[in-house]
Amino acid sequence: MSVPRLLDAGEAALVVEFGTTVDPALSDRVLALDEALAADPPQGLRERVPTYRSLMLHYDPLVLDRARLADHVLRLTGSAAERTGTATLWTLPCCYDAPHGEDVAELAGRAGLSPEAVVALHAGATYRVYMYGFAPGFAYLGGLPKGLAVPRRARPRPPHPRNAVVVGGGLAAVATVPMPTGWYVVGATPSRLYAPERAESFFVAAGDAIRFEPVDAATFDALAAREASGEPVARQGRTA
Amino acid sequence: MSALVIAAAGPGITLQDGGRHGYLRYGFTAAGPMDPLMHATANRAAGNPLDAAAIEISTGGVTLAVEGEALGLALASTGFRIALDGEPLPPAVALTLEPGRSLVVRAGDTGSWGYLAVQGRLDLPPVLGSLATHTRSGVGGLHGRGLAAGVRIPVADGRPGERAPHRLVAPWLDRAPDTVRVVLGPQDDYFAPDQIAAFLAGPWTVSPRGDRMACFLDGTPLKHARGHDIVSDGVAMGAVQVPGNGLPIVLMADRQSTGGYPKIATVIGPDLGRVAQVRGGARIAFRAVSVAEAVTARRAEAEFLRGPVPREPVVRTDFASDFLLSLNLIGGVTDGQPLEHAHR
Repeated sequence: MSVPRLLDAGEAALVVEFGTTVDPALSDRVLALDEALAADPPQGLRERVPTYRSLMLHYDPLVLDRARLADHVLRLTGSAAERTGTATLWTLPCCYDAPHGEDVAELAGRAGLSPEAVVALHAGATYRVYMYGFAPGFAYLGGLPKGLAVPRRARPRPPHPRNAVVVGGGLAAVATVPMPTGWYVVGATPSRLYAPERAESFFVAAGDAIRFEPVDAATFDALAAREASGEPVARQGRTA
Repeated sequence: MSALVIAAAGPGITLQDGGRHGYLRYGFTAAGPMDPLMHATANRAAGNPLDAAAIEISTGGVTLAVEGEALGLALASTGFRIALDGEPLPPAVALTLEPGRSLVVRAGDTGSWGYLAVQGRLDLPPVLGSLATHTRSGVGGLHGRGLAAGVRIPVADGRPGERAPHRLVAPWLDRAPDTVRVVLGPQDDYFAPDQIAAFLAGPWTVSPRGDRMACFLDGTPLKHARGHDIVSDGVAMGAVQVPGNGLPIVLMADRQSTGGYPKIATVIGPDLGRVAQVRGGARIAFRAVSVAEAVTARRAEAEFLRGPVPREPVVRTDFASDFLLSLNLIGGVTDGQPLEHAHR
């Protein structure tokens, strides 16, 4: 197995780069190192940020020497090439109907599909959570069916609602915090991937899998009320 | 309990502590101060932990008062104009603000950010362990927003400082703004050597459209050797990304945690404040250093903050007449008393 490249991002962050593409095998290596460092962190390591193809390590260089961090990382990538943890499969309710699926018709036009086919394709797939980025709780999902792979908008649309389920540029995502976006809003989930006041503010981990289960608008409202009362509506299962 | 009351505030004034750390992996940027050294200096001078919450003051300026008991304050800036009931004070100063008096902070000729630390603790509910304000996600500070007129910030364990104002002697805040040190990478291999040389030499003109998220640079566009899209990876504060138009962007405190453009270099920690403080229209260039040199600079910076911040009594001859005049022109700031008598 190839040795990762170590790239400095200033004197307080080191990028461990396993490759340059979106690839589940690369992501597995990133997450294996992430797990190994969680179990055996050198003193002075502050944060680990997994991405599609690299792990960024933020560290305090007055506590942890760059060379010592590099040695530690290379030792762990040699011994911990496999993930040890089990990924969780999350089933998230998703309402594709009005008023939530704001851009379903527009996306259907772009993709040359009927709105029903867009929903069927999106809800039929199992997605891999590659990473978070962009905004708190914004989860980048791989595994979007090819039929829904359209480029993102050239010009962003107005801010999406909370917990929007979006697609764009060949990826899917759950977009928690309302922002202008170039992605297409196909629905919304009553599940809150990010809730700062909740004991576990983020419950989906990189490496987990997600499926979306279609619900109608009335069910969405009922589930959203349950979620707001503190009862999580995402269902949890195990995946290989 | 005492409280700080915002009587007037321009845009971009927020509460910032040392940052909301530990959540980058969930897409949550730390926020925290734009100029970490100046923020820590204000806290040190107020006798607080270096990462305590303080008010980050933009060039929009702020006017403050206190309710309850008098509070000691430490204000760190370079070039901001500060007046207590119309009496001008140095740009870095420790003072006691009594109820009924008014502290005015305004932008001067230089500097983009100043920090006001309170002797005591800003008593607000933290989000994910931090008071740092990230306005884009509506989190931290007071309801995730900037401070506006009428806002009241309760202060726990508040205590007064010395009766007479004292100048803070913090020469490390007077940083030459023109050359910023960087470590090349993590994607310097997306640029040919001549383009890296062009990036370092600049000079780049800082665009006025910068904010807490980014500092935009104008100049001759850089050329990418192998395209300008990369598969997203992590972004450190100070990362210099070069998007398709070839004009570098320095990503700052409110940046996104990951990004998809090549990052030619990363500003070293001790020089983040240098970038933050540059005003729109100013010119900067970069100088590449090794990781070891950057760590040495970081160690030197930590040394500044090891002990108390030296202070000396404010002397009246500190102010040029044009400064005094400018305070009068602001209107409503001075009380019209002869300045010889203003320093009580």
